[in-house]
Amino acid sequence: MAAISAPLQSEPNLLARLMGRPTSGIGLVVLVVIALAALLAPWIAPYAPVKLSVAHRLEAPSLTHLFGTDDLGRDVFSRMLYAARTSLSVALAVVVFSSIVGIVLGLMAGFFKKLDMPVSRLVDAMMTFPDILLAIALVAALGPTAVNVVMALGIVYAPRLARVVRASTLVIRELPYVEAARALGVPTPVILVRHVLRNIASPILVQGTFIFANAILAEAGLSFLGVGISPDIPTWGTMIAVGRQYMDQAGWIMMFPGAAIVITVLALQLVGDGLRDLLDPRLAKDI
Amino acid sequence: MSAVTEIDRRIETKPLLVVEGLTKHFPARNGRIVHAVEDVSFTVKRGSTVGLVGESGSGKTTAGRVLLRLTEPTSGKALFDGVDLFSLSTAEMRAYRRKLQIVFQDPFSSLNPRLRVSAILGEALDACGFPRGRKRKERIAELLTLVGLSPDHALRYPHEFSGGQRQRIGIARALAVEPEFVVADEPVSALDVSVQAQVLNLLGELQKRLGLTLLFIAHDLSVVEYLCDEVVVMYLGRVMERGPSKLVYAAPRHPYTRALLASAPVPDPTRRRTHVALTGDIASPIAPPSGCVFRTRCPEAIAACAEIVPPTVEIDGGHHVACIRHDGRA
Repeated sequence: MAAISAPLQSEPNLLARLMGRPTSGIGLVVLVVIALAALLAPWIAPYAPVKLSVAHRLEAPSLTHLFGTDDLGRDVFSRMLYAARTSLSVALAVVVFSSIVGIVLGLMAGFFKKLDMPVSRLVDAMMTFPDILLAIALVAALGPTAVNVVMALGIVYAPRLARVVRASTLVIRELPYVEAARALGVPTPVILVRHVLRNIASPILVQGTFIFANAILAEAGLSFLGVGISPDIPTWGTMIAVGRQYMDQAGWIMMFPGAAIVITVLALQLVGDGLRDLLDPRLAKDI
Repeated sequence: MSAVTEIDRRIETKPLLVVEGLTKHFPARNGRIVHAVEDVSFTVKRGSTVGLVGESGSGKTTAGRVLLRLTEPTSGKALFDGVDLFSLSTAEMRAYRRKLQIVFQDPFSSLNPRLRVSAILGEALDACGFPRGRKRKERIAELLTLVGLSPDHALRYPHEFSGGQRQRIGIARALAVEPEFVVADEPVSALDVSVQAQVLNLLGELQKRLGLTLLFIAHDLSVVEYLCDEVVVMYLGRVMERGPSKLVYAAPRHPYTRALLASAPVPDPTRRRTHVALTGDIASPIAPPSGCVFRTRCPEAIAACAEIVPPTVEIDGGHHVACIRHDGRA
């Protein structure tokens, strides 16, 4: 028992430990670079993302247009930087939204025996729908705005998190320190936050990184299918959707946003894997 | 060994806790019922220590948990200072919670690994409405000193402590609300033998100093003999024998108590005990044997034992036994 609980102490320097592992370290650096690029887009981008230039349509990548230009002569590199802002913030909002819904549902099902049955069946029912199909249906019903895309994807991913939270809560609920709190008469909401939520933070964090990665892909998918955020706002998904028409003449229009998605998702998965290993005391003994 | 029990303790005769017909059933698969605790009655005098003993599966932990309403009883009464704890609403029980506390068996899972000791004790202080600020810091230091730890341990996390130290923190948490009654659920069985004695001494000492009433759950009779004024022996959810420790240890009347005592090593070659070897395992609480639940393993069982549930009879001075052959006859 002592040996298992000992590595838990490492939390304060989690960042340092993530950086110390080659895979998660690379992932983290890549993510930071992408996030900075998105944040600093107005200063980095050589052109305005919506600046049309019919004379320079479908130009191949060159020194003046690093990633080439699209069908309307807009600079692909500049558009990608601005698109990163939308894509990443939508993904982040999806993580936050689905986390709140998923944690509440999961805690309810895991902690209160009477609620387990109805909440778990609801979660199961939601999970029977294919992800993207449910998202399409929801966006189609709500209308294609950024907020609705976030809501739809949040609803799609919340059940996954709810399941993880429920399973972890079932374990924590039976532990003596929760009983001790009950014996002291600590109010249930306080027990849920202080004792349960605090101790299931690791699986939530890890699941969150996976949802983030999935949300980037799903948002791109929705935009590609034409039910995402309106095409005027550049996102990596809309750029690919538009670029698809010029795939054989100007492959760079969809290739670069595609590569951005692949790299971002890969980096997130690396960080997520690293987090999972570091937060699981049984796997973290090498550090 | 029995130095502490010899010291004259001021034990009031008025019982603090009277348990009557405590029964706890758990639902099992196929609509069957686990008879975890069945018709258990005993009394705990104010300021005394009562040992609740029995092997694994005898229902002693469940009995302790039910008394604190950590699980709800199926039936029975628990009169605490005259008030039936089981009839209180959840809100009313909350007010009683600080009068009854528990120390858990496993010192590793009984402390939240993400909280500092100061937060763990602080939660208990919150529960009894202790104000925040400097006084609280002093109180935490005082509690830590009380259980033999240092005040600067307050800023550490549970994993930085040994099992014995963690158990001391668990005791400090239970005592923080100044309870009258403490259930100690096998508080030393998870500890090294060398540490066990320290924690037991601490409990005995605190009990005397703070005038606590203690329900000490254990499977080790020698530990109970050392600490307890009275002992309650449970088997398969039922009380087999109970009474003042001296009487029960000197003259056990139930075959199960005799078997338990015989299995405990005694470091005194002049002391003799009849050797009774128990064979087999404890019966299933889903389908307990008819009549006396112990008859399937009892070396003295006769046909009549399967017929009736043995009534609990008082032999002398509070010594009760539930065995139809307690006087050697059938």
